[in-house]
Amino acid sequence: MSMVQPLLEVNKLQTQFPTSSGIAKAVDDVSFSLAAGEILGLVGESGCGKTVTGFSILGLVDPPGRVVGGQVLFKGEDLLTMDTERLRAIRGNRLAMIFQDPMMTLNPVLRIDTQLIETLQAHQDISRAAAYDRALEALGEVGIAEPAQRLRAYPHQFSGGMRQRVAIAIALINRPDLIIADEPTTALDVTIQGQILALVQALCRERQMSLIWISHDLSVVAGLADRVAVMYAGKIVESGTVRATLDHPAHPYTRGLLGAIPALHERGSRLLPIPGTTPSLLNLPAGCAFADRCAQVHGACALPPPDFAVGHDGPSHRVRCWLNHANSPNRIADAAP
Amino acid sequence: MLVFLLRRLLQSGVVLLVMSLLVFVGIYAIGNPVDILISPEADQAEIARTIAAFGLDQPLWTQYLIYLQQAVRGNFGNSFVHGTPALALIVQRLPATLELACVALILAVSLGIPLGLWAGLRPASKSGRAIMGLSILGFSLPTFWVGLMLIMLFSVQLGWLPSNGRGATTELLGVPVSFLSWDGFKHLLMPAANLALFKISLVIRLTRAGTQEALLQDYVRFARAKGLRSARVVFVHVLKNILIPIVTVIGLEFGSLIAFAVVTESIFAWPGMGKLLIESINLLDRPVVVAYLLTVVALFVVINLVVDILYSLLDPRIRLSDQAD
Amino acid sequence: MKILLDAFSPSWVERCALLVLIALLLGALAAPLISPQNPYDLAQLSLSDGRLPPGSAASAGQGVQRYWLGSDDQGRDMLSAILYGLRISLLVGLSSTLLALAFGLSLGLMAGYFGGRLDSLIMRLADIQLSFPAILIALILLAVLGQGVGKIVTALFAVQWAYYARTTRSAALVERRKDYIEAARLLGLSTPRILFRHLLPNCLPPLIVVAALQVAAAISLEATLSFLGIGLPITEPSLGLLIANGFQYLLAGNYWISFFPGIALVLLIVAINLVADRLRDIINPRLQKQ
Repeated sequence: MSMVQPLLEVNKLQTQFPTSSGIAKAVDDVSFSLAAGEILGLVGESGCGKTVTGFSILGLVDPPGRVVGGQVLFKGEDLLTMDTERLRAIRGNRLAMIFQDPMMTLNPVLRIDTQLIETLQAHQDISRAAAYDRALEALGEVGIAEPAQRLRAYPHQFSGGMRQRVAIAIALINRPDLIIADEPTTALDVTIQGQILALVQALCRERQMSLIWISHDLSVVAGLADRVAVMYAGKIVESGTVRATLDHPAHPYTRGLLGAIPALHERGSRLLPIPGTTPSLLNLPAGCAFADRCAQVHGACALPPPDFAVGHDGPSHRVRCWLNHANSPNRIADAAP
Repeated sequence: MLVFLLRRLLQSGVVLLVMSLLVFVGIYAIGNPVDILISPEADQAEIARTIAAFGLDQPLWTQYLIYLQQAVRGNFGNSFVHGTPALALIVQRLPATLELACVALILAVSLGIPLGLWAGLRPASKSGRAIMGLSILGFSLPTFWVGLMLIMLFSVQLGWLPSNGRGATTELLGVPVSFLSWDGFKHLLMPAANLALFKISLVIRLTRAGTQEALLQDYVRFARAKGLRSARVVFVHVLKNILIPIVTVIGLEFGSLIAFAVVTESIFAWPGMGKLLIESINLLDRPVVVAYLLTVVALFVVINLVVDILYSLLDPRIRLSDQAD
Repeated sequence: MKILLDAFSPSWVERCALLVLIALLLGALAAPLISPQNPYDLAQLSLSDGRLPPGSAASAGQGVQRYWLGSDDQGRDMLSAILYGLRISLLVGLSSTLLALAFGLSLGLMAGYFGGRLDSLIMRLADIQLSFPAILIALILLAVLGQGVGKIVTALFAVQWAYYARTTRSAALVERRKDYIEAARLLGLSTPRILFRHLLPNCLPPLIVVAALQVAAAISLEATLSFLGIGLPITEPSLGLLIANGFQYLLAGNYWISFFPGIALVLLIVAINLVADRLRDIINPRLQKQ
């Protein structure tokens, strides 16, 4: 336990979407914390709730979905119970977000300068001229050539990679303490992906910014993050430092994700895809949600799996699984005779 | 922009030409143009004069050219009833109709957009549902019946508003208008509201649907993530996007306002060209009917042109694609 | 009937609409049997009973005991006039819609199935037609044709066909690419058979909704035109004509001559619209499943 107050602390966050066929628990009992300057990789397949986690933190869950429980402490203040004006003042100012699809994030009918300047003016009393200069600077920082000209352009005049750079410039313009980046490279070409990744990484290091990088790609997170949290069916199933988690994955799902990455394997060795697909969030079992797809499923998996420290890297490496758990009913049963 | 304008102007010219051809063919399809252009009571000399003026003894394509020539000069023949040029009659009544249609359009926009936004932002609220219910009624009730009910309520029962005529008119840039005097304004209010009702409903529906769609877009979520105040998100990010289809539809609907003014003008005895049309149809005053038709078609073409220009001004994507080619 | 009502269960408004519509249809059908007098048999009218307010007792020997909805300037019982007027309004609305449906549907099927030049010709025509307001086209046609039931049906037909052509074409375009059409073609079935036996039934659901809404629109437009005095002749008084007839007395305070036919018209139109809307909801999920 660190004595320093973390920048962000998420406690037992729960977000649900009522649908005609039941309640979808998109985020269920998610907890993690993040120190200033730290980079967290939030990893999982699509539909596991990682994007909704990001939206829940910023209070951007669209109705009828809503956060039904938990705490999101940002610098010690709970964002979930904060009044809307105070939350608005933090959003886009101290806490910013970059979205997945740059083609959809920028408003198509507003010029780039408008979209940059309004972000400044929403949070500080700044003249248009001064805001314009800041906007110019911000575009330069994300590597856009001839920023003065590009400021007058509309989003459709930019390529996807350029648009994502603009979105990053907007998110960073108020020098936030924390950025939540929701798969910002997924929709881009592979070469552009690397550029954007490098850009975000450089800016974070340079400014001591914290970053939550949401991704389905463990290999990207491996090279970027300090710590990693693996999500499955709305829950974090394993979390820890990148080194501990990737070198000694404790959850079968994490092992599965690693097995499905070509780069981490030797050439010619077979990839080991995880069989099956992510379960529906509507009818999750009482026990482990991964049991259907798990090669090491056993009797205990019908019970809710425990969340415990595995001890590869001190108390910070945690897993939510019956395997290797001291009080596993199976182990007790095995030990009995 | 200049190229764009020129090309649109050219297109409009073509449409007008095609429509004039259609009307010309229409006249022939109905029967002898002599019957259509010349009053049944005309004497032999007048018939001969008109036949010569319109070249009715010439081959068909020459006749079309002459007809075109006359039409360009604004000559559609004389009204059988009034004995004056048909086009002059229409033009004289045009300001009253345009004033009515403009006021109705302003009503439709100034009521429809805020109500539609409200209903779109709170679709489940009581007020949101009430707005939608009203707009469904506004859609299905026949305009003339609503007009009657307005007269029954405000003229007969309450006696607040006059039920017919334009009232006192004031000259504005040489054109007589009603809205500048209190008396004229009172006369204008009911017909304009009546004419606007359908369009208000239409604008409410469009705005509501557009708002609901825009709210689901990433750019709106991103705008909120930037910490913008909700007023700015709604009135800049949402409104500016939905304004594009709304302006297009409203612009195109202006033509239908002029067409529907026929009904409203007849109910409220508003002295516009729609009322003139009905009188002319009843009196078989064909030159006036033809002149009305071509005037309205010309108005439609102009409106389409204006809408196209407005559309390109509002939507940066259109503007660029036009510059590119 | 029970099944019909159950389908309309989600909202009492829609249930009421369905019941009102059925009542109006029955009333119109049975008008000669149930109306207190034949409003167009002059022998049954008495000028001395002119413009009596609703509920007035009739003078003796009129066949009518009481004018429940008042009487018009010629001493005609308004209730009877409305029932007969409903018949004419419905006749005109339904027949013009059916004709336009048959015509527009055939053109739309051909446009969607054959594509190419025929398609662009038909659709261009429909576009031109739809770019002008319905009322304008109807006004011009009636100005040329004159008054009469056949003429107003023609005008309403001309106004409507393009909607059906467009709706059918877009449905046919989707259906055409499906396997069962390919199979029918491989079996060597004749083109008309493919069009009408195979393609048509699958394009029908969206058309039914459009047609139901159009019946309301056609009745409304006919009433408007008749109100303006250029629709039906005075010998065939639809609801619109009854309203027009009472308009001059409205300002004098004799509201009922216009008011009650107006209420009947509005009830009819709103009921058809609500039922059609519900129909769309019922049909839509089936469309999505396909």
